[in-house]
Amino acid sequence: MAVIDLANPTRFLALVNRMLPWLWAITVALFAYGLLRSMHAPDDYQQGATVKIMFLHVPAAWLSMMCWGVMSVAALGTLVWRHPLADVAGKAAAPIGAAFTFICLVTGSLWGRPTWGTYWVWDARLTSVLVLFLLYLGVLALYWTAEDPGRGSRAAAVLTLVGAVNIPIIKFSVDWWNTLHQPASIMRMGGSAIDPSILWPLLIMAVAFTFLFFTLHFAAMRNEILRRRVRSMRIMQAQEARA
Amino acid sequence: MNLGPHADFIVAAYAVTVFVVAALVAWVVLDYSAQRRILGDLEEQGISRRSQRKETP
Repeated sequence: MAVIDLANPTRFLALVNRMLPWLWAITVALFAYGLLRSMHAPDDYQQGATVKIMFLHVPAAWLSMMCWGVMSVAALGTLVWRHPLADVAGKAAAPIGAAFTFICLVTGSLWGRPTWGTYWVWDARLTSVLVLFLLYLGVLALYWTAEDPGRGSRAAAVLTLVGAVNIPIIKFSVDWWNTLHQPASIMRMGGSAIDPSILWPLLIMAVAFTFLFFTLHFAAMRNEILRRRVRSMRIMQAQEARA
Repeated sequence: MNLGPHADFIVAAYAVTVFVVAALVAWVVLDYSAQRRILGDLEEQGISRRSQRKETP
């Protein structure tokens, strides 16, 4: 099967139905292993056991940005090629991205209080992530409240592409401005600043979260395709009733 | 496992994450069964999508 064939919703559904049980199983196995490694990771010499919050916070932060990237590609598919599956992908990803951004903000606050002495500061990193969360809510509002689904999808796609400007701002905010948030410590010139005993559990958790995202995204895309089928069948039903 | 003096913050972070992830999983699972049920009801009423209809001569 060529990749382009998957752009057909019926073929995509058949593939997702086959893949989802495996994706769920791999996700659960990765979380079990990642959480086990996280529990046995040593405490940080400065932060103590609060470093365990990092195993949730950092993967959630990565996913909050990656999900917007997925939505941006989908937005291009919606606006340029007007492909229905691209719109389905964007709409299905938005609530998942909002949820991971929420996790990132809450776990960051809960990590910040014992580490920095405050739950929140209006520094560039925290503020730009809050803006990302608000953008997610804006996209969801456009998808869920538009009377004409097509118009709502196009408006959401435009907002997604405009909001993509925020992703490099989040990434480089700690370099461009003085922030309370620490600079990059994993992907940086000269290698990671984190000891391997903590870095490996973090990377395993990041892979587990990534699998969780794609599992949820494919499942949500399947639901959205079914929802559109229901909608078109109801329209047919109404037309037949009128005829 | 000793979580030290800030155990409340660690437990709260994990609890919030578990709650949100569980809500996402419940959302996709319940939504799937709801859509399948509605589709089944519509098909039982004899309604089919345009692409499924056989062309009549």
